[in-house]
Amino acid sequence: MTETATAPPRVAPGAGRPGAIAAFSAVYTGQIARARVARGPLLFVASLQSLGILLLLRGVVHNDPVRTTSAIVAGSTVLVVAFVALNLLAQRFGALKASRALDYYGALPVTAAPVVLGTAASYATFTIPGAVLTCVVGIAMYGLSFAHVWLVVPVVVAAGVALSGLGAAMGLLAPRSELATVLGQLAMTAVLFLGVIPPAHLPAAARAAREVVPSMTAVDALAAGLRGSPTWWSVGWRLGVSVLWGIVGLVVAARAFRRACAR
Amino acid sequence: MSDAGGVSAAVLDVRGVVKTYRGAATPANDGIDLQVHAGEVFGLLGPNGAGKSTLVRQLAGLTRPDAGRIMLFGHDLAADARAAASFVAYLAQDEPALDELPVGLAVETTARLRGLPRGEARSATATLLDELDLGAVAARPVGRLSGGQRRLACVAAALAADRPVLLLDEPTTGLDPVARRSVWSAIDRRRAERGTTVVLVTHNVIEAETVLDRVAILDRGRVIACDTPGRLKARVSDDVRLDLVWRRTPPMHDPTVAALAPSARMDGLRWSVRLDAASARESLGRLMSGSTLDALDDFTLATSTLEDVYLALGGRDDDLERG
Repeated sequence: MTETATAPPRVAPGAGRPGAIAAFSAVYTGQIARARVARGPLLFVASLQSLGILLLLRGVVHNDPVRTTSAIVAGSTVLVVAFVALNLLAQRFGALKASRALDYYGALPVTAAPVVLGTAASYATFTIPGAVLTCVVGIAMYGLSFAHVWLVVPVVVAAGVALSGLGAAMGLLAPRSELATVLGQLAMTAVLFLGVIPPAHLPAAARAAREVVPSMTAVDALAAGLRGSPTWWSVGWRLGVSVLWGIVGLVVAARAFRRACAR
Repeated sequence: MSDAGGVSAAVLDVRGVVKTYRGAATPANDGIDLQVHAGEVFGLLGPNGAGKSTLVRQLAGLTRPDAGRIMLFGHDLAADARAAASFVAYLAQDEPALDELPVGLAVETTARLRGLPRGEARSATATLLDELDLGAVAARPVGRLSGGQRRLACVAAALAADRPVLLLDEPTTGLDPVARRSVWSAIDRRRAERGTTVVLVTHNVIEAETVLDRVAILDRGRVIACDTPGRLKARVSDDVRLDLVWRRTPPMHDPTVAALAPSARMDGLRWSVRLDAASARESLGRLMSGSTLDALDDFTLATSTLEDVYLALGGRDDDLERG
């Protein structure tokens, strides 16, 4: 074999590159199968935690106005999403980064956004049964209106989008995987307290903090639905704000993903 | 593997590549120059820490060089690392991202992420699993397989969607001989049918000698030799390697033992000496007939291997595999 001065053939890249939707679909399908194998017990725990909080607060709250009880049920429902989107997703991305598993995606012709979105969406999908169960049990337990119970589905989607970008970003930006786990846990705790405790019962500083937690507008939208006569433009606006938060989170997560891949 | 003497165009052209990791005192790659031609099986051989994996990660576009140029099909990866992903399939030493996926889905997902539509990815996966005899474990998560099967599943994912360049970092580690042969058959088939180019990292000298068209020997971040295994061995062909295993401390008062000692590579009671064939025969004859025989437990006399080339060229580490 002799070294040759022949000019290398210039071949255009692009062939063998999936579109964003195809990449999202491939990642989503794979992650759904993966989560089915690995995450069942954790998702059970996520639902159990919310059901436990509902039960606990039922023992504390007596003859409270519907504004309080609807906030408790809506907050507990969104907590199922928060557990998965913040806690588990931050852990997952932290672990992927620490184990150099991101190299797998880094060597494939896909952009960061469909990978982050596909993984986040698969996690969010698994929260739907637990969130619906929590909501239905909460409505029955606190005597709220079943009329708009369907709202739980768009609320879970909006809260899932809002929080999963944040969870992914925390996992990817944390310098160590242990720190990613701690961050995810802290964020979930914040969502727990600020979401489950009705805003009127919070101190002023916590009420201000509540305004910047991405999933709180989704909590408020569901709480309005559970009270029986929501103002629909307001529900739409609140869900829209959640999704906007989510887009910001996903953009940050996608940038963090690219950075983590290019170490 | 067939002789690659007929191939010409450089698929990969690496010039002066330097890479130092943050906080490291010495560079992982320290001015690497090499060319890989279309349809070639090109090896990177060297001990742990020689810079092989760092180089391959740069060829895969995962890490950018601090200096130098890497041209892949005419694209400068130093300027646009993402271009590599369109041409290259990369198999890392470990693939934790696939651990919890069932084998079939791991291969299918990889094929889809390399641009195959779902239906094509599914049928390509079935063919690949058949080819590598993984059909029986298609539904089992990769992480729950034995080490060898797990590696084989990762090789299957790397072969998905037929990339023109395969970058394989120790693909056959942990494989039994049958699986090892099926991996090499699958790679050879792709080369014969599609002209696939393969860059292979190994620290197994036997594998390097049997499957590679050309090999670059790396030591401490530099290419210390690059040629066909045959030509490299020809550089030290007059020499043979005499391996001695002693039962107890070698009798240094014996003139033959004393003469061998200065040039011996010693690992406890194991000595390895490289010398010309006539001297080796003569030394061995004296050791077998003298009083030293009692102290000698075992010996082998072998022709040169790529390990000897590595050592003859000044390689300083000693963890190349011979198995």
